[in-house]
Amino acid sequence: MARPMTMTEKILAAHAGKAELAPGDIVSITLDLVMANELSAAVAITEFRKIKGATRVHDPEKIALVPSHFTPNKDIATATLSTLMRDFAKEQKITNYFEVGRGGIEHVVLPENGMVGPGETIIGGDSHTTTYGGIGAFATGVGSTDIAAAFAIGEMWLRVPPSLKVVYEGHLRPYVHGKDLILHTIAEIGVDGATYAAIEFTGPVIKELPMSGRFTMANMSIEAGAKNGIFPVDATTEAYCAAVGKKNYTIFRADPDAQYTRTITIDCSKIEPQVAVPFLPENQKNASDLSDITISQAVIGTCTNGRIEDMRQAAEILKGRKVHPDVRAIVIPGSQKVYMQCIKEGLAEIFVEAGCVLSTPTCGPCVGGHMGVLSAGERCISTTNRNFRGRMGHVQSEVYLAGPYVAAASAIAGHICGPEQLAAEVPA
Amino acid sequence: MILRGTAHKYGKNVDTDVIIPGRYCNLIDPVELGKHALEDLDVNFIKKVKPGDLIVADTNFGCGSSREVAAVALKGAGVSGVVAKSFARIFYRNCINTGLPIFECPEGVDGISDGDKITVDADSGVVTNETSGKQYKSTQLPPFMQELIEMGGLLRYVERRLSDKPQVA
Repeated sequence: MARPMTMTEKILAAHAGKAELAPGDIVSITLDLVMANELSAAVAITEFRKIKGATRVHDPEKIALVPSHFTPNKDIATATLSTLMRDFAKEQKITNYFEVGRGGIEHVVLPENGMVGPGETIIGGDSHTTTYGGIGAFATGVGSTDIAAAFAIGEMWLRVPPSLKVVYEGHLRPYVHGKDLILHTIAEIGVDGATYAAIEFTGPVIKELPMSGRFTMANMSIEAGAKNGIFPVDATTEAYCAAVGKKNYTIFRADPDAQYTRTITIDCSKIEPQVAVPFLPENQKNASDLSDITISQAVIGTCTNGRIEDMRQAAEILKGRKVHPDVRAIVIPGSQKVYMQCIKEGLAEIFVEAGCVLSTPTCGPCVGGHMGVLSAGERCISTTNRNFRGRMGHVQSEVYLAGPYVAAASAIAGHICGPEQLAAEVPA
Repeated sequence: MILRGTAHKYGKNVDTDVIIPGRYCNLIDPVELGKHALEDLDVNFIKKVKPGDLIVADTNFGCGSSREVAAVALKGAGVSGVVAKSFARIFYRNCINTGLPIFECPEGVDGISDGDKITVDADSGVVTNETSGKQYKSTQLPPFMQELIEMGGLLRYVERRLSDKPQVA
């Protein structure tokens, strides 16, 4: 009788050629996709060149390279890294290279192009590679040397993680979505509450959650220290796969008696729109309790909340209103496809009419790179994923994390504000 | 290998953004990166660190980004190793892959103050506080990771894997 296994354990076992495995086992798994951006790829390519016997990558079809972080290139140093990656893609015949203007932010681009699917194993030279757990894949972030090794052999060693399960019960209140759920969850378990572990997101509320919300939640699994975050595959997942042309995937389901180190139940009916205050994603507050916090910038977009559903939420608030005179609002669709959809649906016009900057896809401000870096003493409400000290610029600046509804409402109000309070304060 | 130097002690959740801020992540050269190591946490660190010194920190050291330059920046600044109560997982892998010795040693962290002289026997994992005379044992690495380090790192392991492959006719 085989050992009952979690979803993560089953995917890893299938890719390690084993009938069963257990947390703590060290295994080598085959990889379905290896991703890097211009920052992580540059170092990875430099390391790859040092491997004796490796002249060609293991499989160019299983590599994706996405310029995203400081693009369009913000300076000469970045341009040099981007060129290194572009040349490597040509040399190695890597066709899944997404040039600026035809791609966007990796974690938005890859799912919408059908490049990740249920049951697959994906590693990326970016910590938010956990995003693809939203579609039911095992996906984790690694450093550049691990990427170089995977370029060469198409495999990676890892320690099988223990799994913890989070069950979402009740129902979602108005204006509460994936971002609010994950901020609440990180506060519950702590920024190191899932270190080395897999988080399995389940429960009746998850069944109702659209793919965009699942990607947002899986994206931020790393902010609890997790190796990966994963969602059960259901009709919503399969409809998404069909829409993006993803075929030939395998569905793995957790055994009913699979073992979890911990099970946490969350009553969603009690969750209001959330904000994480500086300087850790676990510092959770209700948006409605922070109205004395004035802001000078709002960022809406990125790999966490840069999908079309996020853009629609922001537009719903911004429509017919004006950004507060003391605030710069920066809207960044996560990919060229999302950007085009914003134009087609009239969202682009709403953003510009409201007084927002509408940027082409980039990670820019999230990493303090460009397109919205903060000066000393400035505060930003942001749909990004990290509010560490100095993350968006000066070491004395502050980032408050929230979902698109709260970020947009705050941009109008000039202070942190829930969408329901905004309706009373600044009617559309 | 014996690591010897002054302990620079920090708290919990030292994240990769303060180890090397995003604005420097388009640098590759270890020495250039090293000039900005821990800049946003402690502006004086780079002025006071001497080659061989060690970082001592509480839980979840290296949380956040996958940037391998975080480990490289510490090495570039002359840091010989990090002793912490626990490490974030990507940083942990990156240290093994780039050859920055790390030690999980909760008691040692509690028994070391900022500025103490410490030595770490990298092979046995024994941490000695020369200032107080006390010794602490760190958690053993799993055998596979020890082998990786002894082999000379991940890329040497990859070379061995590549040479094991049957030649295609």
